[in-house]
Amino acid sequence: MANNNSAHTHDHQYESHTKRIWSVFIILSIVTLVEVILGIIKPDFLMHTYFISLKLINWIFILLTIYKAYLITWAFMHMESEKKGLRRSVVWTAVFLIIYLIFILLTEGDYVYEVMNRGQVAWDF
Amino acid sequence: MEATVARTGTEGKTWGGGNQPLGVSYGKLMMWFFILSDALTFSGFLAAYGFARFKFADSWPIADEVFNHFPFLHGVDAPMYYVALMTFILIFSSVTMVLAVDAGHQMKKSKVTLYMLLTIIGGVIFLGSQAWEWKNFINGTYGAVQTKGGNILQFVDSEGERVALDAFVTAAPRDRVQQERSNGLWFTDEPDLPRFTIEDVQRGFLANPDLYVRTQELTETGEKVVLTRQSSITKLNNDAVGIVEGANLHENEYGNPLFGDFFFFITGFHGFHVLTGVLINIIIFFNVLLGTYERRGSYEMVEKVGLYWHFVDLVWVFVFTFFYLV
Repeated sequence: MANNNSAHTHDHQYESHTKRIWSVFIILSIVTLVEVILGIIKPDFLMHTYFISLKLINWIFILLTIYKAYLITWAFMHMESEKKGLRRSVVWTAVFLIIYLIFILLTEGDYVYEVMNRGQVAWDF
Repeated sequence: MEATVARTGTEGKTWGGGNQPLGVSYGKLMMWFFILSDALTFSGFLAAYGFARFKFADSWPIADEVFNHFPFLHGVDAPMYYVALMTFILIFSSVTMVLAVDAGHQMKKSKVTLYMLLTIIGGVIFLGSQAWEWKNFINGTYGAVQTKGGNILQFVDSEGERVALDAFVTAAPRDRVQQERSNGLWFTDEPDLPRFTIEDVQRGFLANPDLYVRTQELTETGEKVVLTRQSSITKLNNDAVGIVEGANLHENEYGNPLFGDFFFFITGFHGFHVLTGVLINIIIFFNVLLGTYERRGSYEMVEKVGLYWHFVDLVWVFVFTFFYLV
């Protein structure tokens, strides 16, 4: 894996990744199917159990989505065979900034919800 | 690649870009950083969507009820089947793309050509599906009534099934006609008048005892609140001011206007990415066909456009989750 980093080094020794590509495709399909089936059935237990003020089913959706994103980036975009420096400068930057943004905006959104709910101003007139 | 670079006498030296600190070429590195910044743009949109959703946590539309169409299955409630299909199409076009990259590494021109073509076809099908999805969203299905406070009132029967305005409202004859350039403002046509007036809706509602008003509010268990017959009539007679059919940027029959705004903006921005991806893929496809990369001795350009294409797929995975599932 480590020897096909650049465009020039793999003219002769490049081995095909077809098998890996298809297995990743199958995993992605199964994960998507599970998501869709869960979304249609909506099991009562998952809909009414909360964890950190989010339904359990939504946690499952989000975790499966991150898993799919990981597979696409690592296998399809060949992040797994890039140098550590490149991988970290892209992935860590994105992960840090996105977590930060989500934390700020969702906290604020929840606050605005509380204000609209308990404030003295009527929003529906 | 030398063909595109001017000779400066620094080839192979540090300042000539001869060393690759991260082990990738300049073009690939820049594609990665472009993708990073684009990912942050999309995160901004999706986080803003999350903000709006948290702000209206007790009145947000239920996606299953909005996106429940499937081609050739008219009137059948098919929640999410179609987006699931779209997701498969996009994931599959990602697979053909990565197969094209793989074939490029082995310098197999005919295979690269075939896989690029399949990728382009997948992208075009996805774009068409997106357009169809927009069409359904814009036209709406049932129609609703808007209140003075800007909320949406929908109609259901005693079983809780949605009832379309057409099913119980008949338009009374009226004097108001649509104005044209000749008799209205000279520079513009008046937009189409609504098919019914709010009085028509109120009359039709009174005449059908099996109808109830459903509000935007969500119950503890995540269902929409249905009013009793008596408070339905009161609500409709006192608060209703207008009719909403379908969706645009100002109002939509599904509920909060922000839902429509974010839908148009995020899926539109993603669709724009798919469109540019397809266009770039077509350019690369013709370059492959003409043998440009064969002569260059490297199919790295396929790899770069592949990165962009996978990124478009990656974004869709998140849009799918946050717009349709969560």
